[in-house]
Amino acid sequence: MFDNLSDKLDKAMHVLKGHGQITEVNVAETLKEIRRALVDADVNYKIAKDFTSTVKEKALGQDVLTALKPGQLMTKLVKDELTQLMGGEAEGLNLSGNPSVILMSGLQGSGKTTFSGKLANFLKTKKTKKPLLVACDVYRPAAIDQLHVVGDQIGVEVYSNKEEKDPVKISEAAIAHAKANGFNVVIIDTAGRLAVDQAMMNEIAAIHKAIEPQETLFVVDSMTGQDAVNTAKAFNDVLNFDGVILTKLDGDTRGGAALSIKTVVDKPIKFIGTGERMEAIDVFYPSRMADRILGMGDVVSLVERA
Amino acid sequence: EKTNTNFLNKLGKAVAGKSKVDDEVLDSLEEILVSSDVGVATTIKIIDRIEERVARDKYLGTEELNTILREEIAGLMSETNSGDATDFSVPAKKPYVIMVVGVNGVGKTTTIGKLAYQFKKKGLNVVLGAGDTFRAAAIDQLQIWADRVDVPIVKQQMGSDPASVAFDTVQSAVKMNADVVIIDTAGRLHNKVNLMNELTKVKRVMQKVVDDAPDEVLLVLDGSTGQNAFEQAKQFTAATEVTSLAVTKLDGTAKGGVVIGISDQFQIPVKYIGVGEGIEDLQVFNKIEFVDSFFRV
Ligand SMILES: Nc1nc2c(ncn2[C@@H]2O[C@H](COP(=O)(O)OP(=O)(O)OP(=O)(O)O)[C@@H](O)[C@H]2O)c(=O)[nH]1
Ligand SMILES: Nc1nc2c(ncn2[C@@H]2O[C@H](COP(=O)(O)OP(=O)(O)OP(=O)(O)O)[C@@H](O)[C@H]2O)c(=O)[nH]1
Ligand SMILES: [Mg+2]
Ligand SMILES: [Mg+2]
Repeated sequence: MFDNLSDKLDKAMHVLKGHGQITEVNVAETLKEIRRALVDADVNYKIAKDFTSTVKEKALGQDVLTALKPGQLMTKLVKDELTQLMGGEAEGLNLSGNPSVILMSGLQGSGKTTFSGKLANFLKTKKTKKPLLVACDVYRPAAIDQLHVVGDQIGVEVYSNKEEKDPVKISEAAIAHAKANGFNVVIIDTAGRLAVDQAMMNEIAAIHKAIEPQETLFVVDSMTGQDAVNTAKAFNDVLNFDGVILTKLDGDTRGGAALSIKTVVDKPIKFIGTGERMEAIDVFYPSRMADRILGMGDVVSLVERA
Repeated sequence: EKTNTNFLNKLGKAVAGKSKVDDEVLDSLEEILVSSDVGVATTIKIIDRIEERVARDKYLGTEELNTILREEIAGLMSETNSGDATDFSVPAKKPYVIMVVGVNGVGKTTTIGKLAYQFKKKGLNVVLGAGDTFRAAAIDQLQIWADRVDVPIVKQQMGSDPASVAFDTVQSAVKMNADVVIIDTAGRLHNKVNLMNELTKVKRVMQKVVDDAPDEVLLVLDGSTGQNAFEQAKQFTAATEVTSLAVTKLDGTAKGGVVIGISDQFQIPVKYIGVGEGIEDLQVFNKIEFVDSFFRV
């Protein structure tokens, strides 16, 4: 499963040897191999299929004999196409508001609370901002305590109100508190929710509408499988979010969900999470992610940081 | 879910008027399986088996293909899930020690709360052990579950040695004459050697109190996880000899197809499924229902 794609392709490309050009016929087996590798990396099946037809278009008629080995030629085509799909330059956050409001969203356990802390720490230490964390998860046992522990760790104030059960009211009060006390970024942690949970999706839509955040971020576990497309689309339909956060990349997942999500919602992946600690945050590099999905060894640069 | 409707339609169309299941049908088949996270290897295996049956039985109609597909998948799962349990019960061995493990955020602590509730309902005395001493407010979270279910919890300070917590918990359980002990552990990614070694140690330490503890190592998998679940099963088994699985978050749109692949490739039975965040939202795994849910429109 973690076989190197270019090895596989080299094998599949044996059929090409002796042919001068890549043709429909001789490339078919290779494309199947690419598709399977992508699906093995958790790229959505349909997206993998579309991707391989794009690669095929680009490959057809290319001269095999001239420069590279055919396996390398195909690998390069695949890699370039994938990198391009994953996005261009790393995109930052819109921090133009006063205060700038950042809303977290995502499924249960994806890493929202942890990332809220990481982002606050990043903005405080690297961007000399004065962030306020806001506890709007009124459901999960000890969710508010969790954010307070995180806030204490990084020396960032946490706004919470255990008496108040309406996250809209909590977030509005928090923003007022931020304005009154000179906080210039407000990071709102919300409860995890399933895209099919209508009541909970309505709730986050209401928060979104009430506070008009500069940045709405969709936090997603990089180990997610085929369902990533459905979830991302559903959250995007409701929130029209501004960016994606990919967590738990310190694991050994190939992270094909990143490609699926990028393709389906066409929103930039802004940051990645690479560990449980507050420092384990990094900007997103499309080319590294492409290598990783293809099993080309980026895993090495993400060795244990725990 | 729409994919499944399409699949059945497609399958119907592809088979109509044909005397044999052809490549087109098999492609559709590959699509539905792979789109449910079953994984390429197990998908190919299932398709090969169908091909064999087609070759043997000559003609296959849509209806039959459907039935056969279910049979094949159920067959793959039977090998590990033969003795499907029908309720929440544990062997009458005292104390029966369950250690719960898994990667970050899959639902370990929540599953423990739900399980404790089910065992308590059966009249069993349950003790929880707060073995996650690392994640922010993990102990408070388990404490809230213990209060909800009204069962005792053994805990230490944040940052203390999880093996020591496990030791204390099992020791208290013996003193209290408890029936079931459930030990929570911190989420950890399976490629972190130190953290996996820590888990091995937590397991070993319990044996100083009760010879064959833990009786069960329950690996929790998130039902929306893709192919990485294979590595999780493999590495957690290597570190702790996982004896059973719980698959969570099946109340979402993910179908948890990865379980089929895992059942095919590891000899670990699925025991429980999580279908929500509430205290009642845990079910005993039923193979037939699971396979049916796969084809449900
Ligand atoms: N290894 C690793 N663990 C992470 C990362 N981000 C979060 N986690 C862990 O994942 C688990 C879940 O993280 P949370 O921040 O609680 O997730 P959440 O989305 O707030 O969860 P809910 O509020 O329950 O929906 C915790 O154990 C975190 O420590 C990461 O980048 N790498
Ligand atoms: N929808 C749904 N959510 C679930 C289910 N099981 C757990 N959750 C939610 O998933 C999130 C993470 O659950 P936890 O029990 O904290 O997971 P964990 O594995 O203990 O996490 P760490 O200790 O941080 O590794 C919480 O928001 C839970 O409410 C389930 O079956 N369905
Ligand atoms: Mg949270
Ligand atoms: Mg936990």
